[in-house]
Amino acid sequence: MSSLLRREWQVALRAKGAIINPVAFLLLSTTLFVIAAPDTVSSDAAAGILWTLVLLTQLLALDAMYRRDFDSGVLEQTLVSAQVPFVAVLTRIFMQWLSTGFIMVAVGPVLGILLGLPAEATPAIALAMLLGTPALSLLGSIGASVTVGFSRGGVILALLVMPLFLPTLIFGAGLVAAAEAGSSVMPQVYALSLISLVALAIAPFATLAGLKISLEMQ
Amino acid sequence: MLSASLKRLWHKLGSPRWFFALTESWVKVAGWSALVLLVWGTIWGLGFAPADYQQGNSFRIMYVHVPAAMLAQSLYIGMGVAGFIGLVWRMKLTDVAISACLPLGMVITALALFSGSVWGRPTWGSWWEWDGRTVSTLVLFFLYVGIYALREAIADQELRARASALIAMVGTINIPIIKYSVEWWNTLHQPASFGLTQKPAMPSEMWLPLLVMVLGFYAFAGFIVLVRMRTEILNREMGARWVRDWVQVRSER
Repeated sequence: MSSLLRREWQVALRAKGAIINPVAFLLLSTTLFVIAAPDTVSSDAAAGILWTLVLLTQLLALDAMYRRDFDSGVLEQTLVSAQVPFVAVLTRIFMQWLSTGFIMVAVGPVLGILLGLPAEATPAIALAMLLGTPALSLLGSIGASVTVGFSRGGVILALLVMPLFLPTLIFGAGLVAAAEAGSSVMPQVYALSLISLVALAIAPFATLAGLKISLEMQ
Repeated sequence: MLSASLKRLWHKLGSPRWFFALTESWVKVAGWSALVLLVWGTIWGLGFAPADYQQGNSFRIMYVHVPAAMLAQSLYIGMGVAGFIGLVWRMKLTDVAISACLPLGMVITALALFSGSVWGRPTWGSWWEWDGRTVSTLVLFFLYVGIYALREAIADQELRARASALIAMVGTINIPIIKYSVEWWNTLHQPASFGLTQKPAMPSEMWLPLLVMVLGFYAFAGFIVLVRMRTEILNREMGARWVRDWVQVRSER
């Protein structure tokens, strides 16, 4: 368990691009959005745009989630040698979340300022990211595990996981919008937590099954 | 005693040949009851049911829209259940079922969206509203498309079966979450016409034809799924002796 974590951590640290690129993509696409539609700055749409862009960023990062380990054979070795493959998968998902979703907790509020969201909404954005992004990593991992064997799995991955991301998007954007309006954010907090917990319950098993299918496809 | 015979039935269900022989008569039953129910329901619903006091005659689109929307969801859940059985018991037949439900489900979901759009024009004043239940049906359509794309991408039959079973299962678990979150998000849709727990809000002259149509749609779906499954079984077992015998018997008749 600890050696797995250590390995994943070192891989994440050495592949700095995996952390920096999504953030750069997120900032860039936000800039494009604001330039294309200046009216959206400080409007009601800002929270929704923020969450949509986070979702797309996560989608891009997901494609690489298992790819390198899959191509190099490390994935197969890990699944064969791990005492509990379930834990190995969970570790991988956790690290993927640390390098994308967790970063969003810090980057999200900055984007909120760029999109003209009021300063009072800043903690709400961080909270929404913290509660919502685990669901994105977990559910996304299922899609990534099934499509990792395809030479061009990106579009299929998007088709498979985007519908599953919808509840997170709704309550994530809803949380930020509620904070903006000054009303209670607790309903959205509960809903996001529930979604992430359900995702946590199904994703490791489904990912494991998906990876086994993909490994046989090789 | 009972459990032993149930167990035997379960094992038999895994055999495509046994299923093929068993459903020979079911196809006719499903086909004829679909025809009778749909004709009866259509004539009753379109011709004899009273017009709605608010929506006039446009409410009659309900007789297509509601059964289609119900069936669209049922077929996806059916795929999810088949996927679960297939993954757990490694049954060949469940993938045949998924491959039969998938195209039908896509078409029926599209029909539900289209008929809803046509109904929305006179009642809501626009062809498309971003209403909660409309969106959840649209998302259901995307869920179907995802499985379809996945199946297209995998050449190996065994792996295709397992991958689509897995995704159908995950989708089915997520359907209620998606449905409730989208409805929470926004809804101006009229509430469901039928519930298991309460009496419909319509008079019986209006909902009885609807019930007939719903049953007709399900019988129709059963018919199509059975025919497609049987064709797929013949296709997959092409080399088997019993298939050759069956074809021979058929051609001599």
